[in-house]
Amino acid sequence: MTRARGPGSLLVIVPALNEEGAIHGVVQSIHEHVPGVPILVIDDCSRDATVARAREAGAEVLPLPHHLGLGGAVQAGYKLAYELGFDYVIRVDGDGQHDPRDIPRVWEKLKASGCEMVIGSRFTETTGVHTSIVRRLGISFFRAVLRPILGKPVHDPTSGFVGVNRTALGVFSASFPLEYPEIEALVVLQRRRFRFEEIPCKMRPRSTGRSSITALKSLYYIFHVLLGVFVNVLKFERRLHRPAPAPMPPKRSGEGG
Amino acid sequence: MDRLLNVTTVLSIVLLIVVLISVRRAHIRVEYSVTWLLASGAMLVLSRARPLLDLFRRMTGLPDTPLTLFLMAAGVFLMMFFRFSVIISHLRDDNIALAQRVAILEYHIQSLRDHES
Repeated sequence: MTRARGPGSLLVIVPALNEEGAIHGVVQSIHEHVPGVPILVIDDCSRDATVARAREAGAEVLPLPHHLGLGGAVQAGYKLAYELGFDYVIRVDGDGQHDPRDIPRVWEKLKASGCEMVIGSRFTETTGVHTSIVRRLGISFFRAVLRPILGKPVHDPTSGFVGVNRTALGVFSASFPLEYPEIEALVVLQRRRFRFEEIPCKMRPRSTGRSSITALKSLYYIFHVLLGVFVNVLKFERRLHRPAPAPMPPKRSGEGG
Repeated sequence: MDRLLNVTTVLSIVLLIVVLISVRRAHIRVEYSVTWLLASGAMLVLSRARPLLDLFRRMTGLPDTPLTLFLMAAGVFLMMFFRFSVIISHLRDDNIALAQRVAILEYHIQSLRDHES
């Protein structure tokens, strides 16, 4: 069983759906760049050989009983990581777009900065960005929307290459946006006065398969995410005006209660 | 006018019968049939009680009775759709939490089996 091995323990989670062509390489590459760190592939009910290929490459697999979507799959990974006592979790997408060479830097940044979330950003520096013009426009739009809400600029709010510490893990285990979670998750954390940092990371083109975001879905995405951000802002505005309850220390796996 | 009210009466009766048969065959749970039964019952009463419908028309200031009946029906069914959206949202949240829990428990069971062997 993959359990946390002492303080500072890291789990890499890889949500995957029908990624049999890429998952083996992704897992192997993670093993290569962070040897000894456990990898958990969360299979969102793939219809191909994703599970078998991930196991062949040496990953542990959490197969979901039915399709939950990206947010549901990532949250399942967060829940398991929290139960197993991990201090840090880094999410890497199963399509091979995230470069596992950047994982140690995200991990170091989480430990050194003490902030709750570290985002691997495509746009903080010239990092070999591979995104379409439409997507870039969308990201620019969300940057502008998020700037006043977050109180600081965020360069790549849609990045799925994200590391969180145990405090954020506790929050996300209890509540996590289910569809298009990246931007909403950022707002949820910020409204709880948690901190996030960005570090420049390389993104690669998809090694196999196609993106699920079509032109029509992009419009739905924008509307959905805007609504989610708006709802979260309203929800947490009211909470912020109430007296804050005493913070509870995050519970570790194996502790009583 | 009378023809419209008669059609509404027939539709309400059909809806009542369909809902009751569905409950009897357990296609729909009793708690979710109540809203349908109330709505179809209300439509039946309104379509047969012309003075009541005229009273609503005067109260709302609408120009004619068929429009009053149509708007009342639309209002009732919109509220029902909203209620069902709330129920579906709760069910989806519960379903996701359950699916995640099942997956995590299966993971733990498999890990224990691997450990034993």
